[in-house]
Amino acid sequence: MSHRLINWFKLSSPYSFFPVAGRLIPWFWALTVLFGIAGLYVGFFIAPTDATQGDSYRIIFLHVPASWMSMFIYIVMAFWAGMGMAFNTRLSSMWALSLAPTGALMAFLSLWTGALWGKPTWGAWWVWDARLTSELILLFLYLGFMALHAAIDEPRRADRAAAVLALVGVVNVPIIYFSVKWWNTLHQGSTISMTKAPSMAQTMLWGMLLMALCFWMYSIVAALIRLRAIILEREAHTDWVLRLPEAAA
Amino acid sequence: MSIATQGEGAIGAVRRSGEGFSMTALTSVLRRDLLLAMRRKAEVLTALFFFLIVSSLFPLGIGPEPALLRKIGPGVLWVGALLATMLGLQRMFYSDHLDGTLEQMVLSSAPLPLLVMGKIIAHWLVSGLPVVILAPILGLQFDLDPGALWILALGLLIGTPVLSLIGAVGAALTLGVRGGGALLSLLVLPLYIPTLIFGAGAVQAHLSGQGAGGHLSLLGALLALALFFVPWATTAALRISLE
Amino acid sequence: MIWNSMADFWHMGGYGLYVWGSVGVCAVALVWEQVLLKKRTQAILRSLRRRARAEKMDRELA
Repeated sequence: MSHRLINWFKLSSPYSFFPVAGRLIPWFWALTVLFGIAGLYVGFFIAPTDATQGDSYRIIFLHVPASWMSMFIYIVMAFWAGMGMAFNTRLSSMWALSLAPTGALMAFLSLWTGALWGKPTWGAWWVWDARLTSELILLFLYLGFMALHAAIDEPRRADRAAAVLALVGVVNVPIIYFSVKWWNTLHQGSTISMTKAPSMAQTMLWGMLLMALCFWMYSIVAALIRLRAIILEREAHTDWVLRLPEAAA
Repeated sequence: MSIATQGEGAIGAVRRSGEGFSMTALTSVLRRDLLLAMRRKAEVLTALFFFLIVSSLFPLGIGPEPALLRKIGPGVLWVGALLATMLGLQRMFYSDHLDGTLEQMVLSSAPLPLLVMGKIIAHWLVSGLPVVILAPILGLQFDLDPGALWILALGLLIGTPVLSLIGAVGAALTLGVRGGGALLSLLVLPLYIPTLIFGAGAVQAHLSGQGAGGHLSLLGALLALALFFVPWATTAALRISLE
Repeated sequence: MIWNSMADFWHMGGYGLYVWGSVGVCAVALVWEQVLLKKRTQAILRSLRRRARAEKMDRELA
């Protein structure tokens, strides 16, 4: 029997992962700051002004990473919720629960920055095109997940019910995304169709990728911190929690 | 035969139908639910009247110009259909849950997905089909031409089963949960949106001359997808809610 | 450097309100999330400490 196999399952208990999460957090903070500085520098000091949109386009360095993260986190959340339901592992469900509020925040930021980008570009604060609309629906899906979980008192039942909802939602996400392709829409296509020479598009792309990495690292940090709080709350009755130095009298 | 014995008879039939892909389970549940709905006609008719009133509110609130009404008509009627369907969703499992029949169904050896399908079909026959029939008549209020009314009815015919199917998952998940009705709406309405988009879009596409074929096919695809996934999702949700 | 002056940077070619409105809300949102998380962690720790103190007192009295 390989030791690695045993170690994986050992790590899947709240008890063993709690200290690991604690040690990971500073590293991901460091990555967040690193990518953030790099991304903002490229986005605001290197990428040139756009010919058609002027400097308002710089919002994409926040809008696109937030959108990508909101969709990515939802899929990851649904995956771990499903894992928790299939293998009955508490930690998987807790991790899904930790991701949800951060994902919802990303969806909100995507909508906010999208509106602020839309106003100078298309003249309206809210354009009911499919991309922004599906982001709004995603926000509702997040809120539904959190609301359902909060409404059920028994934690494991709440985990499982919310998991079913998340899986149903995840099937809907491509359908909603598909309606983007189907619709004639004001929104930009999936890549920035900045009408520029490729070399110009390069710096913009780099800025976006760096900021996306920054947001990704940040999401992991926020979820890890939340996970530790959830573990403490749910495992409050256990020996190892009561023996924690932070919980001493 | 009273409802109680009818119910017992149905549960008996469900139990006897046993394993194997027997449609008796589905038809027993379907017949029982329809009978119970007929007994509670008021509930059913309330949802329909709600649909009627809501559709009439929009012209009153917006103005009677035919051009404007023709534009908002499809959307208003579809939203009304969504809301009317939602009003009846709680009924699907709640009363059976209260008197223990639902637990019997879950414990019985009949395949639960089939029983669930029976309930969903009953819900659609009672909440969805009347909407399909009523909507073209209401569509006249919005000055829609016969072609548009036909597309509206066809879209609703394909779409309202999708609404009942998706709603079943929500109803099963929120069974016995605090704030059930409002929470159910929060959960289910976002999932309804693709159906709404393609359904109302079909009529609008027809009106603009583009033809509704694409939209209607997409609705058909949604129906196929829902028929595939929902029985299993609802079954899982019921087992979780009843443990 | 693409900006001629600090003023140009803030001005963002006339779009300053939108760009800095976005940056600002993002920053505020992320900070706010961290604040809420800190409060949540401290709340659970406080309740755990309270319980430990109560049990300690029980043991001392016993």
